[in-house]
Amino acid sequence: MSDTALLSINSLTKAYPGVVANDSVAFKIQPGEVHALLGENGAGKSTLVKMIYGLVRPDSGSMDFMGAPYAPTEPRAARSTGVAMVFQHFSLFEALNVAENIALGMENPPKPRDLAARITEVSEAYGLPLDPDRLVGDLSAGERQRVEIIRCLLQDPKLLIMDEPTSVLTPQEVEILFHTLRKLSAEGTAILYISHKLEEIRTLCDEATVLRLGKVVGTCDPKTTSAAEMAELMVGKSLATPARTDASHGEVIFKVSGLSVEPANPFGTPLRHIGIELRAGEVLGIGGVAGNGQDELLAALSGETPTAPGAVTLMKEPIGHTGPNERRQMGILCGPEERLGHAAAPDMSLVENALLTARHRKSLDRNGFLDWKATRKYAEDVIETYDVRTPGPDNAARSLSGGNLQKFVIGREIMQDPKVLVVNQPTWGVDASAAADIRQAILNLAQQGAGVIVISQDLDELLEVADNFTALNEGRLSNTRPTNGLTMETIGLMLGGAHDMHDAAEAAHV
Amino acid sequence: MFKLEKRPSPSKPWILATPILAVILTMIAGGLMFAALGKNPFEAIRIIFWDPLFSQQFAAYSRPQLLVKAGPLILIAIGLSLGFRAGIWNIGAEGQYIMGAIAGASFGLTFYPTESVWVFPGMVIAGALGGWAWAMIPAILKTHFRTNEILVSLLLVYVAEKFLASAAVGFLRNPEGSGFPGSRQLNRIEAFSNPELIANTGMHWGVLLAFISVIAAYILLNKHLVGYQIKLAGQAPRAARFAGVNPTRLILLCMGVSGILAGLAGVFEVTGPAGQISIDFNVGYGFTAIIVAFLGRLHPVGILLAGLLMALTYIGGELAQLMLGIPASAIQAFQGMLLFFLLALDVLSNYRIRMRKEGVA
Repeated sequence: MSDTALLSINSLTKAYPGVVANDSVAFKIQPGEVHALLGENGAGKSTLVKMIYGLVRPDSGSMDFMGAPYAPTEPRAARSTGVAMVFQHFSLFEALNVAENIALGMENPPKPRDLAARITEVSEAYGLPLDPDRLVGDLSAGERQRVEIIRCLLQDPKLLIMDEPTSVLTPQEVEILFHTLRKLSAEGTAILYISHKLEEIRTLCDEATVLRLGKVVGTCDPKTTSAAEMAELMVGKSLATPARTDASHGEVIFKVSGLSVEPANPFGTPLRHIGIELRAGEVLGIGGVAGNGQDELLAALSGETPTAPGAVTLMKEPIGHTGPNERRQMGILCGPEERLGHAAAPDMSLVENALLTARHRKSLDRNGFLDWKATRKYAEDVIETYDVRTPGPDNAARSLSGGNLQKFVIGREIMQDPKVLVVNQPTWGVDASAAADIRQAILNLAQQGAGVIVISQDLDELLEVADNFTALNEGRLSNTRPTNGLTMETIGLMLGGAHDMHDAAEAAHV
Repeated sequence: MFKLEKRPSPSKPWILATPILAVILTMIAGGLMFAALGKNPFEAIRIIFWDPLFSQQFAAYSRPQLLVKAGPLILIAIGLSLGFRAGIWNIGAEGQYIMGAIAGASFGLTFYPTESVWVFPGMVIAGALGGWAWAMIPAILKTHFRTNEILVSLLLVYVAEKFLASAAVGFLRNPEGSGFPGSRQLNRIEAFSNPELIANTGMHWGVLLAFISVIAAYILLNKHLVGYQIKLAGQAPRAARFAGVNPTRLILLCMGVSGILAGLAGVFEVTGPAGQISIDFNVGYGFTAIIVAFLGRLHPVGILLAGLLMALTYIGGELAQLMLGIPASAIQAFQGMLLFFLLALDVLSNYRIRMRKEGVA
């Protein structure tokens, strides 16, 4: 072990009941290296990182940090050794300002004024503009992430762990982040970068370790390895890209016009004059960074938030005032972003969760008395058709991995044969092969004549499935444009809210 | 070091085992408490759990008491359990029980003297409405003004108690009662009385209704959409809205049903075992029913068993006070321990205990 590695991981093993999350995982991170940790959901990335950060203790194996044995018992110990981590989900208080939030995460926070000065200093040095006096509730997701990063940088870490950092960023914000990470790496800070976005890893990382089912299945140099090769390594088989045929679209079946909704809580996003026209057979992609009104839009379309009758129409019929079940009966089905707690009840079985949305269209009750046999059959059908990995339909929803539950939720809606399907983040946190299946199912549904609205923060996904693209920014929709021929720059401008600049942007690219 | 680890699904064996374990632990802890009071713990436990049913000396009197006491507890607890499952916390069943009794008794006494067979059913309906109306106060305040139903329903208990006092010494006082507080003896007037249906069993209309409510609640929760919506709303409120559950309707329904059942328990009690409206005819069934509901894990069959067990500790507790001079407050502490251990052990059905390894191998 007498080499120059910053962190060397020696056959770490961690087992949970029923699953070995990490099986003799070993690799090394050099100082100043940007090291990618690549793997599907459930491959064991999170467990590994939690062990490095002291949140989980390994069953066996050891780690060395700068040549010395390293076995953190808690995150505080990891931080004092020089390991910092930016989580995928931020732990920030919306009602406090940036400096107060950062002070909360420190062992010995300096005086507020000194801290504010240091925040400004660090944020300027690393090109992460951030005002310490602003309320976190007013910040965009990208800015919130900066708060977390600066919180870490104030500790002068030698190793910075980043868990899926770009999932909430616009392309422009990703550029800023990468710039910062490269600068850190040039100064000698190593970065452990967790992602399943292969193109990002190829542009940013020096070395990649690929995990599959808890084991290291390979290492590669991402700069010279193609994305397809890495994907194969990650999934264990080659992936089919969703096939689509360009069909002509039918009539406008679903229309939203002048939809405005006030937010339910002070930090929610109001919807402003939303207008959507969806044709039969069309897939409309709605891009946007998290927190720009996606949840509110889905709630207005699903009927959870009632609106003025004329704001939403199906086949010219005003339906804005109807509730979720009435809309389901009419053929408008939805898949919300939050799988556990919104699309599915965590502690209920898959059978009970099948009943959640399918009661009307699958006739699962007679005068309120439930037909559990038919419900079970339907749950089993969904499980089989969508290849949901679970011991059986009686297992609780929360016992499924995110990707499997998502397949179940999407399958539950699609198998009800919707006329209009609205999904929010259909493949968020879903592994690559399951994501490909879900996208294919969406395309197939459109091909059969349904209209589909895909709300997503994953631009690659939208470009892959959507015929037309529009962006949601602070509760407003940009103009709709055909996906074909859209450049990343144009999309970036649309996401950033430059609604009136389309022509300018277009002119610049002619 | 111990460590709690969340189970992927709740453990079925533990769900069944924890109530039994809780009873055993209560016996041990309660036994220690009795010993500390200078009483023989084994004798005390025997008197509480065994003698009421099997002692030659007492069983003839106390065995029927089991159903008499368990009936209202089960009836009220079944109603409460529906709300508790949906995350609607009606803590004021005691008040609804009192108001049901007053409404029922008032209805009947306006017809005094009478021999009509329709008066008693009318009293039952009046009792149900009285309990329902009292429960609608916190329900409507919650749905319209977002007040907290726990506080409002609880505080209304004390309002109901004051109302009861004024009824017993005022508008319901027996005109022929030589000025003593309390209404006419309803159970001695045939048109008003809720008689023992089978001699020496304690079985009266209220107990029968309690058994029916257990079956109805079981069917509702397992076979009917409303039961599904109740469970969904309690476990995942957002998913419930997504499934089209109307929270306002659910609150009105759950509060209404629990109020009706508490009111019915009240009217059956006051026309039967208690016999009259008096300042303190209520003995806290409405509060104890909360314990019964949780002891039975909010499951209808569980509540049936828990109600019987709780009734047993009541009767046994009284017997222990009589025989050993154990203070009433110690008996109440003993009952409290039961709920405490049950809730504490509840953790085991959702979590498993693991020994944490020190250091890294």
